[in-house]
Amino acid sequence: MTWYDSFLQQLVDGLVLGSFYALVALGYTMVFGVIKLLNFAHGDLYMTGAFAGFGGLSLVSGFLGAGWLGIFVAMLLAMLAVGCLGVVIERVAYHPMLGAPRLSILITALAVSLVLQNAALALTGGQYTAFSTDLGFGGISLGNLFLSYNQIVLVAAAAVLMIALELFVSRTLYGRAMRAVSIDKDMCRMMGINVSAVIAVTFFIGSGLAAAAGTMAGAYYGSIWYFMGFLIGLKAFTAAVIGGIGSITGAMLGGLILGLLESFGTHIPFIGSEWKDVFTFSILILVLVFKPTGLLGKSEVERM
Amino acid sequence: MDKHSPPTPTDVDEHDSGRAKPRNPLQKLYAAFESPGRRRALHLTILAILIVTPWISSQYTTVILTNALLYVVLCLGLNIVVGYAGLLDLGYAAFFAVGAYTVGILTQQFGVNFWAAIPFALMAAALAGVIIGGPTLRLRSDYLAIVTLGFGEIVRFTARNLEITGGASGLSHIPEPSLFGWHIDSSIDFYYVFVVLAVLAYVASQRLFDSRLGRAWLYVRHDEDAAEAMGINRVATKLAAYVTGAIFGAIGGIFFSVNLGAISPESFSFQQSVLILLAVVLGGMGKIPGVILGAFIVVLGPELLRDFGTLRLLIFAVLLLLIMLFRPSGIWPEKRS
Repeated sequence: MTWYDSFLQQLVDGLVLGSFYALVALGYTMVFGVIKLLNFAHGDLYMTGAFAGFGGLSLVSGFLGAGWLGIFVAMLLAMLAVGCLGVVIERVAYHPMLGAPRLSILITALAVSLVLQNAALALTGGQYTAFSTDLGFGGISLGNLFLSYNQIVLVAAAAVLMIALELFVSRTLYGRAMRAVSIDKDMCRMMGINVSAVIAVTFFIGSGLAAAAGTMAGAYYGSIWYFMGFLIGLKAFTAAVIGGIGSITGAMLGGLILGLLESFGTHIPFIGSEWKDVFTFSILILVLVFKPTGLLGKSEVERM
Repeated sequence: MDKHSPPTPTDVDEHDSGRAKPRNPLQKLYAAFESPGRRRALHLTILAILIVTPWISSQYTTVILTNALLYVVLCLGLNIVVGYAGLLDLGYAAFFAVGAYTVGILTQQFGVNFWAAIPFALMAAALAGVIIGGPTLRLRSDYLAIVTLGFGEIVRFTARNLEITGGASGLSHIPEPSLFGWHIDSSIDFYYVFVVLAVLAYVASQRLFDSRLGRAWLYVRHDEDAAEAMGINRVATKLAAYVTGAIFGAIGGIFFSVNLGAISPESFSFQQSVLILLAVVLGGMGKIPGVILGAFIVVLGPELLRDFGTLRLLIFAVLLLLIMLFRPSGIWPEKRS
């Protein structure tokens, strides 16, 4: 294998990883946009999404099979279920806290994350659950480069979801309301925008995207467990920060950049794969310190 | 904090408890313990109970209580960062790890005397506090939270990947210390060591709270801009909180490592940081007796809930959520706020 093939292979791996990061990062950035809250529970919604997708698949695999169609339907079910869960979380935990000091809201978000994580731990006993599908390992070879169908479909599905979101935010009434709420909530109320409804829609979409990523990750990697959301939550947050938190295009871009950085970074000499996570978190800290607005974020005057 | 936000139940509660007479029985009980004379009597009683306990209880109880006292030290340390200065630190276990590993490496691999290794461990923790706090304390508090989380994970992964830290299996056979011929090795010996540490941490926390720096922390927590306008150096004040917290954490780590004789990266995971934070929030951020109470609940609670297996973590998580929603100032709230 020449360096060129190896480069392409890293590129493919990076794109796959980046698609997951981007989908999860979108939820962070959207929620942050409308209520300025760092939703610690977001990574755990991804985990819940994986389990919901698993449950959905075992529900529909009887008559749809565990192939593409079955997984697609399971993913839609997971998105619906976790989207609703996201709305419930917002109503129950975050909504009453919106005027409280930021420290209290952050700890509440952390508490929600722990509740989801430990509920999954109690239900599964901390074991890995096998997410078995009939997808197989087929693919196409281009020279020395091997692209599995799973990788192609996964990246394509992520792209479709992101384009749909971009269209929703830029073209529809609710998308416009969402952008308005992220700029000035009080003014939106005066203009007759139902701010609570917009926040609910935002949580629904953000959580749904996390669930989509969770189901796809489960089907792709073949196993799921209660702690799978922790690391990806942190990394997706890193992606959102790289792209500029609050910016939807930024989250997509940041996810892809982080995926590629990780995929290539682990092949730099002296940074073996065991240092991958240290590498990622160092990027997070460096970006936050030197360019907290990220690539596409707007500079923020407000502090604290 | 959003200046236009309407007053929340939290705000109202805090303001009321600052001025009005205690109303409900629980507040009267707390108030009863807060008069100087009774307080001294309470201190002496608690100290006497702490000294006598290992002689009248089983070894199991002694070990559990030792762990609770360790948590008292750690929680009082985190309380300085979260409760006094209002900075959310989600990677506090990192400082605990730095203290434990520095002493572990120096004594076990380089044969340095335990007591000689302590200053190095404290310096390492303070340095870690400056390195992570220096550049990040200017950030928004939620960014700070995630940076500290990332930092905690970096420390854990580093400990797992390096050879000198013993990799994933960690360090074992850390020699037990001795002091003027007293070889500290039994569980009762370590119990008394932790009693001394907890008392020191308590006294130091109280002194810091009453100090000029303590008032600066209070001010910065409530209104950074006003504090700065009054001549308080915002970043230096926060950094002082961060470094002080780091040193408390390192002291806990130092004695934790010699008590167990073995440490591994998993002792310093994110869950550890969360547990310490839970104790602080549960007891009452900024309130020393509350935080001590929280530390005991967090350590003794799981022992009492042992029958529930993995459910007990869920119970704790739900408890944390309920506290934040219904009693955000904790069991024993701080009045001066």
